[in-house]
Amino acid sequence: MNAMPLLQVDAVAKSFEKPDGQELLVLEGVNLQLFEGQIIGLLGRSGSGKSTLLRLIAGLAAPTRGQCNYLGVPVDGPAVGISMVFQSFALFPWLTVYENVALGLEAQRLPRPEIRSRTLAAIDLIGLDGFESAYPRELSGGMRQRVGFARALVVHPNILLMDEPFSALDVLTAETLRTDFLDLWSEGRMPIKGVILVTHNIEEAVLMCDRVLVFGSNPGRVLSAIEVSLPQPRNRLDPAFRELVERIYVEMTARMSGVRADVRTEFFPGQGIGSVLPHISSNELSGLLEAVAAEPFRGKADLPKIATDLQMEIDELFPVAETLQMLRFAELEGGDLKLTEAGTAFANAALDERKRIFARQLLTYVPLAAHVRRVLDERASHVARKSRFIDELEDFMTEDDAEQTLRAIIGWGRYAEVFAYEDESARFTLENPA
Amino acid sequence: MQRAIRNHHFAFIRDFATRWDALALIVALGVVAFLAEASRGLLAPLSQLDATPLSLAPVHLPVYAARTTLRMFAAMVLSLAFTLSYATWAAKSARAAKLLIPLLDILQSVPILGFISITVVFFMSLVPGRVLGAEFAAIFAIFTSQAWNMAFSFYQSLRTVPTELEEAAASFHLTPWMRFWQLEVPFGLPALVWNMMMSMSGGWFFVVASESISVGHTSVALPGIGSYIALAIQQRNLHAIGWAIATMGLVILVYDQLLFRPLIGWVDRFRVEQEPGMEPPASWALTMMRRSRLISGLTVLFYSAVRWTSWASAPHEALRPHGAPAPRARWRGWGLIWPALLLAIVALALRKLAQTLFAQTQLAELRTVALLGLLTMVRVVVLIGLASLLWVPVGVWIGMRPRVAQWVQPLAQFLAAFPANLLFPLAVYAIVAWQLNPDLWLSPLMILGTQWYILFNVIAGASAMPSELRRAAQNLRVGGWLWWRRVALPGVMPYFVTGAITASGGSWNAAIVAELASWGSTKVRAHGLGAYIADATAAGDFHHIVLGIATMCLFVVAINRLFWRPLYYYAERRYRLS
Repeated sequence: MNAMPLLQVDAVAKSFEKPDGQELLVLEGVNLQLFEGQIIGLLGRSGSGKSTLLRLIAGLAAPTRGQCNYLGVPVDGPAVGISMVFQSFALFPWLTVYENVALGLEAQRLPRPEIRSRTLAAIDLIGLDGFESAYPRELSGGMRQRVGFARALVVHPNILLMDEPFSALDVLTAETLRTDFLDLWSEGRMPIKGVILVTHNIEEAVLMCDRVLVFGSNPGRVLSAIEVSLPQPRNRLDPAFRELVERIYVEMTARMSGVRADVRTEFFPGQGIGSVLPHISSNELSGLLEAVAAEPFRGKADLPKIATDLQMEIDELFPVAETLQMLRFAELEGGDLKLTEAGTAFANAALDERKRIFARQLLTYVPLAAHVRRVLDERASHVARKSRFIDELEDFMTEDDAEQTLRAIIGWGRYAEVFAYEDESARFTLENPA
Repeated sequence: MQRAIRNHHFAFIRDFATRWDALALIVALGVVAFLAEASRGLLAPLSQLDATPLSLAPVHLPVYAARTTLRMFAAMVLSLAFTLSYATWAAKSARAAKLLIPLLDILQSVPILGFISITVVFFMSLVPGRVLGAEFAAIFAIFTSQAWNMAFSFYQSLRTVPTELEEAAASFHLTPWMRFWQLEVPFGLPALVWNMMMSMSGGWFFVVASESISVGHTSVALPGIGSYIALAIQQRNLHAIGWAIATMGLVILVYDQLLFRPLIGWVDRFRVEQEPGMEPPASWALTMMRRSRLISGLTVLFYSAVRWTSWASAPHEALRPHGAPAPRARWRGWGLIWPALLLAIVALALRKLAQTLFAQTQLAELRTVALLGLLTMVRVVVLIGLASLLWVPVGVWIGMRPRVAQWVQPLAQFLAAFPANLLFPLAVYAIVAWQLNPDLWLSPLMILGTQWYILFNVIAGASAMPSELRRAAQNLRVGGWLWWRRVALPGVMPYFVTGAITASGGSWNAAIVAELASWGSTKVRAHGLGAYIADATAAGDFHHIVLGIATMCLFVVAINRLFWRPLYYYAERRYRLS
């Protein structure tokens, strides 16, 4: 691979300005090279900045530091030769399939006959024959995304960017589209030379990519790069395939339980109240606890296995697992989720006992919950306004994060009956309506 | 497939006529004849209006109706042009929006009929001695009744274009011009068309009121249904009034069938949230246009023209191999000049206002006007309350019965569109005949036309209530007052509030014509701000007109800000089912 890369990303960082004028860093020090014939996967959870990186490469946003070079030239706007497939398809509902696909060519002011022949060729290639005059609303999700692909390919790009293109589809449809795409790719029937795929699905990344960059959060950055040298077509049941999936799980969970001293890590217990909490309901927590406690896991579950069993994407599974870890109901280690004593006790208890255990863990290991309770206890009225805590949290996090964190605390506090909350007046109290 | 596409373009030549073509041709020719008829005499000198006075013979009503409709149409075109430019400007420039949006909000609250009295003199002086000037004034009045909410809706749409669609447009290199016509306008269309329909139904009221204008010594009666009815009132001709009412009903019906039904059916394709299997609203006129090869051929030509404009607008530079041109560096000076400019404008406006208002107004006058405003406010509040007491239960009852709702809903919309001022003479006739107290009995006229907004919004709310909720209530045997309190009323709350806001705004406007009415030479007046403005207009007393309008504007803005808006957000937050 001595040739010039199609795309070279150098030390790219992106930050947004918070309302109070401070910088919020969402992406830091990312390097990436895409060579001809490669599919690179950007794997990570929501909030890890992978979609942001894709938009920087597409020229839809400008990096705060560093730069993206396409064929050696800095990207300073949507570049000709880079096109994109969107998660929600982003089709124009008022245009037919044909018109949607032709739009990019019309913008290039090509002659009519050329527009027509290229549009029809793209529609043909992607398997949309016969749907030319249909409007997007008449199509199923899979067919809509095919239009998305045809529209991206018709402009003959060198690089195709895909932003979780299969995540809005059902399992069967997604698999069909993946396979079709890989067939076209390996047969060289598409005009593209390189692909960047954003995904939060580990198996999808291993199935499709030659190289997977695992992203971490706060700020978004590349944790590790994993080469996938299995020959195409790949078999999900192949032991080598499973091993890679397992390795990535371990990679991603290791970072979750590990600590980076220099940045705030949400899920490390013993910290102050400045941690962003995920909005996970008590039902999800007890659901996962029960699943891990039951057969066949008996208190210790392999994450890829339980993810498949429960049909959960890592984006859904990880936050729940991490919250269990934060509450010391379970420990994450080497790609396994292991129940603690409290976790086992919770899983075996009846409702009232569960609430007691949950209240104990909550007040012991979640400083914000303890803080809210302390404030309420100290006040003679036992009442505190929500805005009081929001203000406090906003010293540490964005407005949205503060809102979400408080929502999480409210949900857990209500379940544990350690405090009550009235939405109408936006106040915390110690009273229970009962 | 290639052939099929080509066919689509040329089929209308080969396969010239279908059954629907015949229908389309007749309708199209009819519309052309109608427009030609109506636009005659626009450039005629004013004196011709006196030379050919209006006639109460019903034979002339079609022509009058045509003129009235044309005015309406012209105002709608103006409103659309205003909407596309004003709202776009506000949406694209955060700096401009800071001024434009609050301005729009205020303009929305200005009593339209008050506007006419001020603008008519100005417009007549623009085209001295021609009918056109008076036409401009009338059209402008209708415009002011239509434009604001359309602009608001389009502004909202522009700001909520889905990010991924914007990104798709950018990554496929759409030029700003293409982006506007291919993304932003289509996205805003459904809301815009709905607001156009609402504007239109409000507009009939004002078109009728603005045709027969008399400010001080300037008095113009433009040929139209409004002038016809004004003359009928003067001559105490009940038959003529009956004819006018019937004609107006027919005109609204035709407008609805030929313009809005097809528009609403067509605009359905522009909805972004798309659930397959949803039936688009039916419209025979739309079916006609779609099935007629002639018309589909014309639309193909039209779309080609639109494409051509985007083709011609695309700059070559956008297609440099490596990305779009870097944005031009902005001149920072605007940051300083803009606030200064704003301040200057505000100061000038304040000074002018102060001059007009206070130069010849005493404190006592201000107190009187405020008191009259309070009186009118009491009327509006009581009337909205009474109308709600009546129409909320009726609307819920109807909305829960889809078969009934299917018939009543269009009727309620029709009644809301029907200019209630056409019915005023009947009421005034009764008041005069039975010598009733005008302070009490003129009041209902204010809400005559606007109460229907409450009804049809409540019907919409009740029909939108998930049937599972109603089944659940049935299952739990929730009945009687408990059912109203816990199920029905909360369910329709957001819809009711929307309807009540519209009704309240409309009633303030109607006050100007409702509080002072006449029958022949007999005048019936109630005490209130509306009558005050009407009196000042008749006398051509500009200071008092401005004072009255400013006061009414203040009242409306204050009520909206302090009462309706908080109530609306509360209802949305608390009761919206989604």
